[in-house]
Amino acid sequence: MSAHPDQAPLPVAASSQAPGPGAPGQDPVLAIRDLSVVYRTPGGDVRAVDQVNLDLAAGEVIGLAGESGSGKSTLVYGACRLLRAPALITSGSVRYSGRRVTKPADLLRLSPDELQRLRWREIAIVFQSAMNALNPVLNVRDQLLDVIHAHLRMPRDQARERAASLLDLVGIPRARLRSYPHELSGGMRQRVMIAMALATDPEVVIMDEPPTALDVVVQRDILAQIVELKDELGFSILFITHDLSLLLELADRIAVMYSGQLLEIGTAEEIHREAAHPYTKGLLNSFPSLRGPRRELAGIAGSPPDLRRPPPGCPFLPRCEYGTAACEAVDMHLLPVATSKDPEHVTACPFVLPQTPPPVAADAQPETAGEAGS
Amino acid sequence: MSGQAATLTSAAAARGPLAMEAVSVSKDFKIGHGQTLHAVRDVSFNLYRGAVVALVGESGSGKSTAARLLAGQERLTSGEIKLDGKPVQVRHRSDFRRYKGQVQYVFQDPFASLNPVHTVRYHLQRPVRLHQGQDANVDTEVVALMEQVRLTPAKHFLAKYPHELSGGQRQRVSFARALAARPSVLLADEPVSMLDVSIRLEMLSLLDDLRRRFSLAMLYITHDIASARYFADEVLVMYAGEIVERGPAEEVTQQPAHPYTQLLVASAPDPDNLGSALRGAGRRGGGRGGNGRRPGSPAAQSQPNVTAAGCPFHSRCPLADGRCRLQDPALLPITATRGAACWHLDVAAPELASGLPGGGRTTTN
Repeated sequence: MSAHPDQAPLPVAASSQAPGPGAPGQDPVLAIRDLSVVYRTPGGDVRAVDQVNLDLAAGEVIGLAGESGSGKSTLVYGACRLLRAPALITSGSVRYSGRRVTKPADLLRLSPDELQRLRWREIAIVFQSAMNALNPVLNVRDQLLDVIHAHLRMPRDQARERAASLLDLVGIPRARLRSYPHELSGGMRQRVMIAMALATDPEVVIMDEPPTALDVVVQRDILAQIVELKDELGFSILFITHDLSLLLELADRIAVMYSGQLLEIGTAEEIHREAAHPYTKGLLNSFPSLRGPRRELAGIAGSPPDLRRPPPGCPFLPRCEYGTAACEAVDMHLLPVATSKDPEHVTACPFVLPQTPPPVAADAQPETAGEAGS
Repeated sequence: MSGQAATLTSAAAARGPLAMEAVSVSKDFKIGHGQTLHAVRDVSFNLYRGAVVALVGESGSGKSTAARLLAGQERLTSGEIKLDGKPVQVRHRSDFRRYKGQVQYVFQDPFASLNPVHTVRYHLQRPVRLHQGQDANVDTEVVALMEQVRLTPAKHFLAKYPHELSGGQRQRVSFARALAARPSVLLADEPVSMLDVSIRLEMLSLLDDLRRRFSLAMLYITHDIASARYFADEVLVMYAGEIVERGPAEEVTQQPAHPYTQLLVASAPDPDNLGSALRGAGRRGGGRGGNGRRPGSPAAQSQPNVTAAGCPFHSRCPLADGRCRLQDPALLPITATRGAACWHLDVAAPELASGLPGGGRTTTN
C-alpha cells in the first residue's frame, strides 16, 4: 500500500505543520504528466484534455483559467479519477506525494481501495455549486459527520467535536450545526462546503468555480478566509475558474487552458505584466476594470473550436489576431518565454512575445465577427 | 424623499427623451408570521431612450424585483410607473400584451429561459406573430432579428434546439426574442453573468449596439459594478430594497460616496493589485491574528436588514451610530446628478460632502 492515511495527527486549527510555500527543488504535491482525456461520442472522440502537464507545489495556489468547454474541470476531475464513461483517460500519470504518504502514488494506477483511502483524506474538492452539492435532507452536522466517518477513524463524540470545530474554522456559529441547507444563506452554504473539504485536513484542496454564485462582498470574504486557512493549515489549492481577474489577485501561479491544452503558465505577476500567449492577452483585455483609467476593451471574437474536429496546429488560430500560416504547423509544446527572466514562465506560442505589438487591424473589427462559421 | 430625489437630474437624461419612470415604487412581500419584507422601498428613477441605467446590488437587494415591477410581472404595493408620460395600468391580458410590446425583459439564465423542446425558429416566430400581427412576413423578420443579434448565418441556426447552442448563442436568441416585439424599453436582468468572462464583453457590446441602433431605453441589472462602469450612463446602487447611491457611472465607481458602495467597490477583484491581501494574507500580514476579519464586513451575518426601521446598511456599516439604527436616511443630492442616502456622508466621503452648498448633511431633517 502506498498511503498510510490514518496515522497522522489531525490538527483542527493548529499551525504546527505549515510549510513554506513551494520551496524550490521540493517535490510537487501533485504532478500531472501527459494527461489526456477523451469523451467517446457517436460523432467521434472529443479531445477534452490533450497531454497536459501541471505541477502543484506544497502550499501553492494554482489558478486554472479557461472558458467553459476548455477542459479545465475535466482535467482536474480526470486527475482525481472522478470521471465516468463516456470520459476515458487515454494517457498520463498523476503523481501524488503528500506529507502523510511514504512514497508517491500514481492516482491513475491505484486500486479502488487505495484510491478510496486517498480521496478526500488527501485531496478534497469544493464542488461547483454549493446550492446543489449539499444534501437537502441532512443537517450540517450530519453532513460533516458523514465525511469524517467515511474517511477518518474516530470515536463518535470526538467526531462531533471535530464537526463543531470545523464550523469555527470557517466562521459559522456552532448553533448552525442543526440547520438544514435551505436555512443557510448562499455564503454560509459555501462555507459549509469548505468545512467539509477541510474535515480531513487534506493536502490538496480543489475548488471548482467556488464563489461565482455569490455576491462580490461575500465572495471576497470567503476567498480571504480560504487563503488564511491555507496559510494556517498548509494545504495547496487548485482553483478552477473562468475569471482571470480573480486569479491575478489570488493565485501564485496561473495556468491558462484552451481547447483541452495549456497555452501558458506563469506566476500571476508575469501573466499580469507580460502575458505572452495571444489568448491570455485577449483574456486580460476582456474584463472591464473598476480601477484606473478606462481602457479600450477588445474581448475575443469567435468561439472555441469543435473538439471533435480540432483544427491543425494551434487551436486558438481561428480567433487569433496574430495568426499566420505557420500556426497551422505549430507544435503545441510549452516553451520558456524568450524575454522572461522567469524560466518557469512558459507559453505554447513560439511566435508572439509579451512585447509583440498586435498586428495592424487589417481585418474586420473583433466585435462584428460574431460566432460565424461555427 | 421622492421629492428630493426628483431634484436630481439623471446622468442618462442627456442621451434621449424620457421613456419610462418609476415614481416612489414599493413592493412588499408577506413572509408569514405577520412579517413583511420590503423588497423595494420607495424607489424612483427614469429610463431614457438610447441610455443605459445600471441597477447594481447584491442578491436579495431587490434589483430583480424592481425590474419585475417595471416589466409588469408584479403588482406595485405603492407608487407609480409611467411609460411615455402616461401611468401604466395593466388590468387585462390585452393591456399586458400591448405593454409587453413596448417593454421587454431579458432573463439571466439562457439555459433556463429557452424552451428545450422548441427550435430557435419557433422561439422567434412566436413573438413576431404576437406583436407584429399575423400578416407580418414572419420568416424574413426572424432572419432579420438573427442578423441583428449576429447569430449568423441565420439558416445554420434556425432549426437548432437550445441544447445545441453555446451559452452566448442562447443569450443572443433571448435578445432577438426581446427585440421581436420592437420594444422601446429593454430590461436586462444580469444578461451576461451566466456567460464566460471572455464572451461577456462581446455580449455587452452587442447590447450596446442594439441600444444605439434601436434607441432602446435600457435597464441593466448586475452585481458586477465594474461592467456597469463601462456599459452604463447612470448607476443606481441598491441595498435592501433602497437606492442608497446614484450618479454618473464613472463618478460612482471612481469616487463612491455611500459606505455600501465603497464596500462593493473594494470587494471587486482588482487584477492590478498584485500585493493583494488575498494572496498570502498570513505570509505578509505578520501582525494579523489567524481569525482577523476585514473591517466593515462582519462576514457571517451579512444578511441585510429588510424588515426593521433605520438605515438598511447599519448592521454592516463601520460608521453606524444610534441615529442610523432608528432613522432611515433619505437620498439627498450631492451634485446635480448625484445623490446618496447616508447620515455620515461628511465622514464617508468628505471630499464630496464638502462640495455641498450646506457643507455636508450633518443636520437632521
